[in-house]
Amino acid sequence: MKRKLYDIAHSRAGDKGNTLTLSLIPFEEKDYELLCREATADRVKAHLSEIVQGEVVRYELPNISALLFVCQQALAGGVTTSLVMDTHGKTLSYALLELEVGR
Amino acid sequence: MKEIVRIGCGAGFSGDRLEPAAVLVEKGELDYLVLECLAERTIALAQKRKAVDPTKGYDPLLERRMELLLPLLTQHGVKLLTNMGAANPVAAAGKVIEIAKRLNLLVKVAAVTGDDVLHMITGEELALENGRPLKQSGEILSANAYLGADAILPALQSGADIIITGRVADPSLVVAPLMHEFGWLLDDAETIGKATVIGHLMECAGQITGGYFADPVKKPVKGMEFLGHPFVDVYPDGSAVISKVEGTGGIINLATAKEQLLYEVTNPHEYLTPDVVADFTSVTLQQKAANCVAVKGGAGRQKPATLKVSVGYRAGFIGEGEISYAGQHALERARLAGETIQKRLRNRFAELRLDYIGCRSVHPPSLGKNCQSYEIRLRVAGKAETAEEAALVGEEVEALYTNGPAGGGGVRKYVNEVVGIVSALIDRKETKSEVTIKQS
Repeated sequence: MKRKLYDIAHSRAGDKGNTLTLSLIPFEEKDYELLCREATADRVKAHLSEIVQGEVVRYELPNISALLFVCQQALAGGVTTSLVMDTHGKTLSYALLELEVGR
Repeated sequence: MKEIVRIGCGAGFSGDRLEPAAVLVEKGELDYLVLECLAERTIALAQKRKAVDPTKGYDPLLERRMELLLPLLTQHGVKLLTNMGAANPVAAAGKVIEIAKRLNLLVKVAAVTGDDVLHMITGEELALENGRPLKQSGEILSANAYLGADAILPALQSGADIIITGRVADPSLVVAPLMHEFGWLLDDAETIGKATVIGHLMECAGQITGGYFADPVKKPVKGMEFLGHPFVDVYPDGSAVISKVEGTGGIINLATAKEQLLYEVTNPHEYLTPDVVADFTSVTLQQKAANCVAVKGGAGRQKPATLKVSVGYRAGFIGEGEISYAGQHALERARLAGETIQKRLRNRFAELRLDYIGCRSVHPPSLGKNCQSYEIRLRVAGKAETAEEAALVGEEVEALYTNGPAGGGGVRKYVNEVVGIVSALIDRKETKSEVTIKQS
């Protein structure tokens, strides 16, 4: 059965220029391995393909059982000049959490 | 030397709430209060205000925050560090002295300057974002270097009660008082790395106490309405415990701390500040008690030879208009409205953005494809060279009342000037910071 990342993890979005950062943190530390396996950079890039034009790099932080996705060219030209409403991409943490994963 | 230094962070952005800082000073038994009020674009906007009136250009909330906090800071012997000086720290210091005199308070204020490097920028420097010369982005309005803890230290050594800076790296507002109290040196990159981790966790204030975190289903937070801001107890070995004033709302736990640790980090192995290249991959977090998280670890390498400069440029105007549709086929009518405007303005705007709020606006269409909203709000946005041209967007949205689909209502229209930001690097040896002291 599929479930959303939302069910097992939480996320916070951040911005630096045209770069979007998305943390992905399991509610239960035991699910860190599952996130490492299921939430690959490629899958996240495909899931957010309408948003992220550039590459997606995934950092693993086993010290705090968390992942960090750094997405290039993701904020429609950057916080300061884009026409979109959410110029910072602050709502996009919940776009990541829509991704469906296996068990 | 102190055995513990306690620093509170009472604001995480320019528009942050005023009360949490007052609670921190009154009940937090702080040594220092930090107010971080300067976003990337804030300083460019402040430079524009300074250009109109040379006595302005500091944070618009400076007076309100100081009128509230100055009596409390002096009563409790808490020192203040803030970047509310924005484009004009010296004028901000003058304003604080004026308020102190009015309130009959004795304070020593230090203004830290040297971040304004507009005179050094030729426009030929390459933007980090696109590799093109800065001047190609547009008319340059401002250029401010991110100064570090080394610029703030002389102000601390002067014995000032209030330290007001312009652009400094956010974590440096926390790193500097720790260096001052514990005698840490910038050459000790390992320790400065730890201090930067602490600064980074604190700099967004409420973002580590349940703000920008709460989700009533999966991440409930109690007492949002009186969300407390954090304070941190730092020890001479660079370890720390983050907490908040008892009785305030919010929550500090591993989840809030992890979200904040990774917030806006583009490489956890190399978090660049003017003070250090910090490494977050050895940080450990431990819940010590309710609303109490211990932070250990973190490391660093020698500070970079360059400083990042944030360059503001004129980027035209954005015009926006919004209108709501509700009931049967709301989305269809909103789309007819959007497409009609697109045809009417086709020759005036290179790009028009249509958002269908309630279905697909801040997230892409594929994620909102099964949307069944009863109400939809159409938003149209376009960019133009002049305010008059940009206003056409809102005018056309308003005209939908009598020239558009049935049942449109609640029109709002806006025109805003756009200041773009690009970054460049300069040799840190070319910058020179200064401290100006004023006394009430």
